[in-house]
Amino acid sequence: MSTRQFLFSGFGGQGILFAGKFLAYKGLTEDKQVSWLPSYGPEMRGGTASCSVILSDEPVGSPIVSKPDVLVAMNLPSLDKFEDAVAPGGMIFYDSTLIGRSVRRTDVTAVPVPATAIAGDNGIPTLANMILIGKILKELNDFDAASVDAALKKVISAKHADMLEVNYKAMKLGADYEG
Amino acid sequence: MVVFDKPHALTDVPMHYCPGCTHGIIHRLVAEVIDELGIEGRTIGIAPVGCSVLAYNYFNCDMIEAAHGRAPAVATGVKRADPANHVVFTYQGDGDLASIGMAETVHAAARNENITIIFINNAIYGMTGGQMAPTSLPGQVTQTSPYGRDPKLCGYPIKVCEMLSELEGPEYLERVTVNSVKAVKNAKRAIKKAFQNQLDGKGFSLIEVLSACPTNWGMTPQAALKWIDDKMIPYYPLGVYKDRSEGIVK
Amino acid sequence: MADKVLMKGNEAIAEAAIIAGCRHYFGYPITPQTEVAAYMAKKMPKIGGTFLQAESEIAAINMVYGVASAGCRVMTSSSSPGISLKGEGLSYLAGSDLPALVVNVQRGGPGLGGIQPSQSDYFQATRGGGHGDYHMIVLAPASVQEMAELTVKGFELADKYRMTSMILADGTMGQMMEPVALDLAVAPAPAKPWATTGTGMKRAHNIVNSLSLDPEELERLNLARYERYAEVEANETMYEEYRMEDAEICVAAFGIAARVSKNAINEARKEGIKVGLIRPITLWPFPKAPFKKAAGQVKQFLSVELSMGQMIEDVRLATECRVPVTLVNRVGGMIPSPDQVLEAIRKASKNGGND
Repeated sequence: MSTRQFLFSGFGGQGILFAGKFLAYKGLTEDKQVSWLPSYGPEMRGGTASCSVILSDEPVGSPIVSKPDVLVAMNLPSLDKFEDAVAPGGMIFYDSTLIGRSVRRTDVTAVPVPATAIAGDNGIPTLANMILIGKILKELNDFDAASVDAALKKVISAKHADMLEVNYKAMKLGADYEG
Repeated sequence: MVVFDKPHALTDVPMHYCPGCTHGIIHRLVAEVIDELGIEGRTIGIAPVGCSVLAYNYFNCDMIEAAHGRAPAVATGVKRADPANHVVFTYQGDGDLASIGMAETVHAAARNENITIIFINNAIYGMTGGQMAPTSLPGQVTQTSPYGRDPKLCGYPIKVCEMLSELEGPEYLERVTVNSVKAVKNAKRAIKKAFQNQLDGKGFSLIEVLSACPTNWGMTPQAALKWIDDKMIPYYPLGVYKDRSEGIVK
Repeated sequence: MADKVLMKGNEAIAEAAIIAGCRHYFGYPITPQTEVAAYMAKKMPKIGGTFLQAESEIAAINMVYGVASAGCRVMTSSSSPGISLKGEGLSYLAGSDLPALVVNVQRGGPGLGGIQPSQSDYFQATRGGGHGDYHMIVLAPASVQEMAELTVKGFELADKYRMTSMILADGTMGQMMEPVALDLAVAPAPAKPWATTGTGMKRAHNIVNSLSLDPEELERLNLARYERYAEVEANETMYEEYRMEDAEICVAAFGIAARVSKNAINEARKEGIKVGLIRPITLWPFPKAPFKKAAGQVKQFLSVELSMGQMIEDVRLATECRVPVTLVNRVGGMIPSPDQVLEAIRKASKNGGND
């Protein structure tokens, strides 16, 4: 990998920014060059939130992801808005519990994950975002327990240390999910 | 035996004030208080924009010239730079304090900022040549109210002490004047208390001084002093409007 | 080298200011720079500093004026409309020769404008912003690391030259997170014998003042100030050159626009187009020398900006209009894409300088 560009998008409150931050911290712990850029403003209040994350072996140029290698869509408006922007050969991970249609593009890899349903079934209803992250890392052959753990410890502050285990559990559920 | 001397806290620079103007008296009172409290070496004064803009030349303590109306904000910065040592006062006129700088005045009071404000209310813009002030009286003729201040057209005068006394923040608000020997002595008592409050860490103290502007009022100095009694005091009654430590609150 | 941490640009500015010895911050909430104030509100009480949310931008800059008068490192931050309100204070700071740091995390304008990134306050920053003849040192970071480093630099230069330093960032720089190393070297503040800290009855009184009613005196003060500005121009200009060695096209861009341009330049290089970048880091003083030199080498300049074309005037002045300069821009909170810049580079390459 030289450079990989991620775009996370969903409703405000789905943990879009947090998921992006996790990935950025994971890159940091692996000595990669990283950038994380959120959308900001009124759309954060219940509307659509998105964030750009770039992981690279070289200095990051523009931090704005306009042609994502990996799109993570957690609601239908996000898939509608960004599907066409995905780079040819890229990947689209989406929450198939909340998105009732499939990906129309044929030149990308679509990975539906019923993340919200899995989260609900396992008593972790707020962690659909991390289930998706687990699946992404698995598909990218990047699910390394040690580096996941190190990144979680960076992104979750010490006073919320009790959240470490459940986040790891969510990611493991995602990684183990076979659609 | 010396019976009369210039306070140390005043410089030797000749003041530029008009004959009969009471700025000179009030400067002297502030300087006497600084001398008596022994605080000149740690006092920083903030001069306004207006007739007393050159006050920075007249006081011997460190001085800062502020933008028009912003003295309470500047004072806030100076005070917070070294709260234990700095003694900070502003010296502001009515246009500066009650018009363009009203927000800074009100919020410094609301914060109970530990500073002392000497507020000169002479019901006129002096330096620019006699325009209507936020404190000009109803019917008062000025350059910009040539037919007399019409409240229907340009509103009513602002009673600063009364208004600020509604706030929970300030420690001490008093209105005084300097148009007689007795009044001058009383004004000095109030000014001294306003500085002492700061030394005691009590917070925001503002002394409003009804002041004469014979030049722009178009009067002799004597007539101007009488005009304070006849016209200003009835509209702006003298007295303590708030003194939290003495239990005087609205 | 210290461990790198992920920080938002706005937070990096705040932390770097604290590292630089700033213990007084005054501000008023405005998007997209609010994190600076939030960070200060959290940190300052714990280190004996002052965080104060002022009643207005005007009050905030005048509180800065007060602390600067007392000789302490002090800052405020805001975004475009708030900086307009601070314009009065910026002029007074200059007129009184006070050092301070002001941060502008720009958003689209004019008026209330929007809240998305912009560079359209370039004129306001480099030409003054308030009334009268004066300059600020204007620093344009293009990464979170530079947000931190230029904050420290801003305080140092402000103290050295008794000027206001402005960090001219934008919403992207403020909001983005990147790894940042905070082992920043800080030069101690110089002695400030002019400060109003109380005479201690040991010296004549100091006066901090911008009023001079005598025109000859005021002229002398202005001339002396501009001698100091000339020193800044001679000694403190900063810029980055990127792939300029053999360049036939030169992109001029700062901040986020430079980041976008680097992507486009790398793509164009793959196509065999000889293109490079000059990135001004100080917008005032503007790095005239590298542009003047490049004007003898390249056949065309492209000025990539998030404005209707403001820095382009400085590029034309620095190159004395010897080579065409073309604007590549988006405005109103939009950001040029690497593709847009790449297309402009291709076009310049084909046209061979025929604008």
